[in-house]
Amino acid sequence: MAEPGLAADVITGTAAELAGVIASGEVSAVEVTQSHLDRIAAVDGDVHAFLHVAGEAALAAARRVDERRAAGEALGPLAGVPIAVKDVIATAGLPTTCGSRILQGWVPPYDATLVRRLTAAGLIVLGKTNMDEFAMGSSTEHSAYGPTHNPWDLDRIPGGSGGGSAAAIASYQAPLAIGTDTGGSIRQPAAVTGTVGAKPTYGGVSRYGLVALASSLDQAGPCARTVEDAALLHEVLGGHDPLDSTSIDAPVPPVLDAARRGAAGDLTGLRVGVVRELSGEGYQPGVQQRFGEAVELLTELGAKVTEVSCPHFSYGLAAYYLILPSECSSNLARFDAMRFGLRVGDDDLNGAEEVMARTREAGFGDEVKRRIILGTYALSAGYYDAYYGQAQKVRTLIARDFTVAYGQVDVLVSPTTPTTAFRLGERLEDPMAMYLTDLCTIPANLDGGPALSVPVGLAPEDGLPVGLQVMAPSMADDRCYLVGAALEAALDDRRGHPLLAEAPKR
Amino acid sequence: MPSITRAEVAHLARLARIALTDAELDHLAPQLDVILSAVARVGEVAAADIPPTSHALPLTNVLRDDVVRPSLAVADALAGAPAAEGGRFRVPRILDPEILDGAPADG
Repeated sequence: MAEPGLAADVITGTAAELAGVIASGEVSAVEVTQSHLDRIAAVDGDVHAFLHVAGEAALAAARRVDERRAAGEALGPLAGVPIAVKDVIATAGLPTTCGSRILQGWVPPYDATLVRRLTAAGLIVLGKTNMDEFAMGSSTEHSAYGPTHNPWDLDRIPGGSGGGSAAAIASYQAPLAIGTDTGGSIRQPAAVTGTVGAKPTYGGVSRYGLVALASSLDQAGPCARTVEDAALLHEVLGGHDPLDSTSIDAPVPPVLDAARRGAAGDLTGLRVGVVRELSGEGYQPGVQQRFGEAVELLTELGAKVTEVSCPHFSYGLAAYYLILPSECSSNLARFDAMRFGLRVGDDDLNGAEEVMARTREAGFGDEVKRRIILGTYALSAGYYDAYYGQAQKVRTLIARDFTVAYGQVDVLVSPTTPTTAFRLGERLEDPMAMYLTDLCTIPANLDGGPALSVPVGLAPEDGLPVGLQVMAPSMADDRCYLVGAALEAALDDRRGHPLLAEAPKR
Repeated sequence: MPSITRAEVAHLARLARIALTDAELDHLAPQLDVILSAVARVGEVAAADIPPTSHALPLTNVLRDDVVRPSLAVADALAGAPAAEGGRFRVPRILDPEILDGAPADG
């Protein structure tokens, strides 16, 4: 067992540092994994970031990494580093429930491509993280297995849908995690937990083995405590996959190099656009303040900052909440009680349709039902043109806004989310208020371009983390990392420590 | 703005194969009405000559070579099934019993 001091570093260090001490032989992958399993046992009763912890499988995987290293095999830069995986991603032999009762106990017969890549790179999967059911939500309160709590204040939401992944890394239960982002589910949890989250370019990371919510929007990506760690993980995950026909057949953008250049703190010549439409009414003063200060910092680092107008962004939320329910009402038709998951009412008398309807009633939660019904409505004859069709046209206009903006600037910035973490229960009975949480993150999903959230301080009025979002054109993910790393380094330098060091000790 | 009625929600739930309870219908109809009123904003945008975008990537017909590849073993595919029999998924009846009763009893 490691000495107390070493064990603490193993838990609080970055993934890059951890990989370094594992590679040098100072600690073994097994010791690192055991330390994290101990940490999970100590704190996850309060946080509830995990739905399943794969203790034995993780230790076995760690032993294999140690053996490969002992045999002299050249391993990747994150070999031996533990990682938490959102429960929407198929993991062979490990339950995958998507936070839903309908998949309770379901064990996939195959690994998602990104899980295969993690394993091949020697990362250790610790377990599966909590989420809003089928990734529908912004708070994890729509999980059938109870909410995750924000490590900064256990009475507050950790964001969603990937609140489990963000809370796991913010409470040092894992140095890295996988999230998926359909309308902000990586970035918004990162913002409200003081961590880093990146949505890669749509098609940049394989969706094979990711249980689909809205196929034209879903994108998996990295969650981490630092921009460099996110970049290291992004390079493991990214790249073409023949099993996903929407996967981009091009090299992964040089995100790690960009993160390291950004940390050097020189943004001379970079053109940054502040999105006019993503500010004003409804934005918490402390969020605006920290965002404004971060934008000033960008100027100090040499960037040329201008205000940019994206006039159709204000219609993004409306378009998204038509496109997403439409796609999800179709995608979730696969939960028909026939081939996997729950089956209710199969008594040899009920027909298949009755069994299907009873199963979906018992297996789906309120938010999933709400969105399926909404999507069914938006796609029905007589309403299709006015709702789904019109939303798709708005999507075109939003993409054109981005194109025009990127003619003037290299990246766009905005607050990641209009407010800091709200209290558990606060928006549960008001779906529209919950949806507004995703106001700033949705445009990048509709466009497909990459976007990264980086912490920029605590809101003075509540002491909770604020995130800044950097958006870039498709396949220019490196620009997000460049700007994110520059801000992170400058802010850490001023503060004297990372923001997360100010979170309550658990 | 079009408002959505309880009866419409019940109809949509039938189409979506979800056996909503009466209490859920009472709850859902007004909530959906609020959401629909908000998302109807997309109609304010003049977009008559704008092409729709269904996808972030301009891809069509991505094909692979037509070669046999390994796939899931039957046992693996059935492992998560609610019911299986004889190497197949066992499903509830899909035809109405009256139709079955009326069907000619040929081989």
